[in-house]
Amino acid sequence: MSAQRLEGRGIIDPTSKLCFRFDGQSYTGFSGDTVASALLASGVRIFARSFKYHRPRGVWGSWNDDPNAIVDIRVDEVTFPNCQATTTQLIDGMDVRSINAWPNASFDVKAMLDLGSRFLPAGFYYKMFMWPDWHLFEPMIRKMAGMGTLSDEVVEGYDAVILHESCELLIIGGGAAGLAAARTAAEGGRSVLIVEDHADFGGRILARADLIDGQNPVDWVNDQISAIRAAGGRALSRTTAIGIYDHRAISLIEDRGVGVAPVVRKVRPDSVILASGAIDRPVTFTNNDRPGVMSLEGAADFLARYGVLVGERIAVLSNRPDKQLMAQLFRDAGAHVQEFDATRETAEIKGRRGVKALQIGSEIYPCDTVLASGGLTPAIHLWRHAGGKLDWDEPRQAFLPGKGPDWLQAIGAANGTYDLETAIDEAKSVALGMRVHRRASYTLPPLWPDLSAKGRQWLDFQHDVTVKDIALAKQENMVSVEHLKRYTTLGMAGDQGKISNMPALATMAKLQGKPIPEVGTTTFRPPFVPVPLETYSGAHKGTRMGPLKRLALEPDHRKLDAAMGEYGGWLRPAWYGGSDEKTAVLRECCIARNAAAIMDGSALGTIEVVGPDARDLVNFVYYNTMSNLQPGRIRYGFMLTESGLVFDDGVMACVNDNRFIISCSSSHADSVMAHLENWRQDKFDPSRVFIHDTTQNWSTVTVAGPKARDIVAALNVLDELTNFAHMSLKMGSFNGRPARVARVSFTGDTSYEISVRNDYVKELWAAALEMGKPFGAGPVGAEALTVLRAEKGYILVGKDTDGETMPHDLGFTVPRLKKKAAFAGDRSLHNQNANRTDRKQLVGLQVDPGACMLPVGAHIVDARNGRKVSLGYVTSSHESPTLERPIALALVSSGADLMGQNVSVWHMGESSTAHVTLPCAFDQEGERLDA
Amino acid sequence: MQSFPCPFCGPRDEREFHFAGEADKIRPDTTQTISDAEWADYLFNLKNSRGPTREIWVHTPCQEYFVMERDTATMDVIGAHSLRKDIA
Repeated sequence: MSAQRLEGRGIIDPTSKLCFRFDGQSYTGFSGDTVASALLASGVRIFARSFKYHRPRGVWGSWNDDPNAIVDIRVDEVTFPNCQATTTQLIDGMDVRSINAWPNASFDVKAMLDLGSRFLPAGFYYKMFMWPDWHLFEPMIRKMAGMGTLSDEVVEGYDAVILHESCELLIIGGGAAGLAAARTAAEGGRSVLIVEDHADFGGRILARADLIDGQNPVDWVNDQISAIRAAGGRALSRTTAIGIYDHRAISLIEDRGVGVAPVVRKVRPDSVILASGAIDRPVTFTNNDRPGVMSLEGAADFLARYGVLVGERIAVLSNRPDKQLMAQLFRDAGAHVQEFDATRETAEIKGRRGVKALQIGSEIYPCDTVLASGGLTPAIHLWRHAGGKLDWDEPRQAFLPGKGPDWLQAIGAANGTYDLETAIDEAKSVALGMRVHRRASYTLPPLWPDLSAKGRQWLDFQHDVTVKDIALAKQENMVSVEHLKRYTTLGMAGDQGKISNMPALATMAKLQGKPIPEVGTTTFRPPFVPVPLETYSGAHKGTRMGPLKRLALEPDHRKLDAAMGEYGGWLRPAWYGGSDEKTAVLRECCIARNAAAIMDGSALGTIEVVGPDARDLVNFVYYNTMSNLQPGRIRYGFMLTESGLVFDDGVMACVNDNRFIISCSSSHADSVMAHLENWRQDKFDPSRVFIHDTTQNWSTVTVAGPKARDIVAALNVLDELTNFAHMSLKMGSFNGRPARVARVSFTGDTSYEISVRNDYVKELWAAALEMGKPFGAGPVGAEALTVLRAEKGYILVGKDTDGETMPHDLGFTVPRLKKKAAFAGDRSLHNQNANRTDRKQLVGLQVDPGACMLPVGAHIVDARNGRKVSLGYVTSSHESPTLERPIALALVSSGADLMGQNVSVWHMGESSTAHVTLPCAFDQEGERLDA
Repeated sequence: MQSFPCPFCGPRDEREFHFAGEADKIRPDTTQTISDAEWADYLFNLKNSRGPTREIWVHTPCQEYFVMERDTATMDVIGAHSLRKDIA
């Protein structure tokens, strides 16, 4: 026989019935149940199968210490894999499936793996499948391994809310000690937050039969909560502190049920009281993994919270001094209970799919359930997250909080104070700011695994690690606990060793003949319980993580049927007039070369450098000499990192001696700003030079092409356009408001960039289109621009340069040899690496007439020595409508020396030939720039 | 998540800060002759010491670079002060 629900017991709502399914069968439970309590009450014993041997697994604990009852849950057409049945609140209509089992947990065909278990010791897979090649076996093993099944459905809107909260005192754990501390502190005037991971406060006292302060436990708990709230404190249930991070940062996760994203609360309190209680420790004996062997504390909890009596004939197997009191709880609930001292003789379970009897020595005691407890293990996980040390306490046979940070104190069972009255006293003292050093005496008779016992004794129930696996690990010299863990996978299950670590440490200690503290523990890392990854990101994804930068002209582009695309964080028109990219780009290139391109250049970074030391700063941050740039003139240049690598390129205009305007790549504006600020504050007097990013304040309409001058003349932004050469700047006006006109070109044609304030760029854009129309000019998007600039051999930093490119690789050699003043990266341009003759240099590539365009990324290879060696690769490749042939740019080792020669290009197994040319394929004399 | 003190904005989450380098590292005068070794030392060699360190950090929202003294072993922040000469 198995468990049953007792009427009138527990703190569930018996009037609210919920229906759900488990492995295809229908069941019912009540509001307040967990999946595990509802299934137990319905008589289910086998919940899942273990990971390695597919042994049947029942429930061990009643809360997050349970390693066994892992299930997949389907809610609203979406499967949530690997849920802990013991912590998952039951909701109506859930479809629950066991894991590691086919067709179901009760009957699993892979259970035969268990028959071969002697051939599957720890490290089996590592050793067995090394030869000839692990990758041959990997697909099959991967298919057999794994636990829950992932859902094909994506959960829409599953975004955790992330809140930042504050409190002076955070109390983790809402049991008796936590509640007493919270009440005392709140009534003492402190701002208090107490969190409890269960739906109900109270912890282990809910299971107690006796009165507290003359009240039954539930009433006492409610009184404390009311008092805490009345004093201004806050109490949050279903909220787990998953980790204590640096500088007292603590993440609290509020569970809102399967299918609903949790609420995350981040808090950095002044001080923290850890009242996280203790975890029941299993007893290690033969076949101790059989369904029906449960935690003594867990069973008491199932009875107290859910009114579920886990068995009819119960054997209590423990070394605890209070085992009689605990046994009495089940006796009072109507079970037949026998107590056994676990320290006396070795025990063994009889029965394969469940418990039929407990054998102690030669005596056999029939029973349906064995409640085992090897003592309490204080839950010190968060203590360790915070950097607290642990001390081994021999009388308690447990690690207790030792020296820790002064803002953190542990109380109650987490501190080894198991006695209720003492724990409440301790809680009150700590809440009043007193330090508690003395612990009440408590003696737990040592109980550690019997290494000589016959049969298998389980340590990690989910990952099937037995005492023999630890012995094997020791034999193979995996004696450090960290090695032991990785070799046997002990403690790597979903429960992260909450119940398995202590017995395993004890086993290793015994095998080595060392005391337990000398073996030590593995590292405790957050999160304390498994947390869905979405919890960490919250709503921080997509454009909420990196918001798109929007152009002031976006509506105008959309009116022209622009295909909008993201370019370096900006949403820009890729091309205009419909969905056919190829035709549109071709048409726009022709407009640009034959009439004029009218483009939105607003995304280009615009950074002003202002102040008496502005000239010194720009001369330092630019590779090119800027000290002699005259007002009204513009110069192209590179910014380098201190390693001499090309960081950004662009033009800079000198407005006057105290004011310069830097244009940088649109995607680099933020990093160029940071780069400039770094040098400004590091090398210059920050009160004599200022840097201001004005990208978002100005919009730019660029008119570029043979008809550009006529169109700009018609726009009437400057009084006269003669005596306005390429690479110069003039201040003009548009409709009576200031406009800045720069003669710079990224297409190779005569070009004017007209910048105005955002609020009247719409008028300028409309006027440019209108004036341009009679000349055949029209809007041109970003895709055509990348073709036009590639025809001219103008680079895009990051595309046509890589993490090794220096300016002399791009043909800009003069400042490296001639510039006298110091500049960022200068010395790096003269080291051994910079002087190499085989550096990758920028070249153009031309294919034979009629041949296909080269793929970007194709390698230029040297096959002279019989094997292919990459000399470099294609960085940009386009079909040039102007030249009516493909063009390409490439970075090629000693590219300048290969000028005019044929090279072999290799891509995905195909070879072709290309001719090395100058990067500029169109108008090499630059006659069109100032035409 | 560490909490760092910006000398201008007060304590803020570490996500708002960016490490800029070890403090007291002087850029060699590149108008003079500098050996490869000296330059490499400036570029690449960091003390990366365990325990108390002096570092330059930038608070990204206010863009101010400042000196922060902290302990790399205990993660304690010892102090932070402005690089500005006119602000003590």
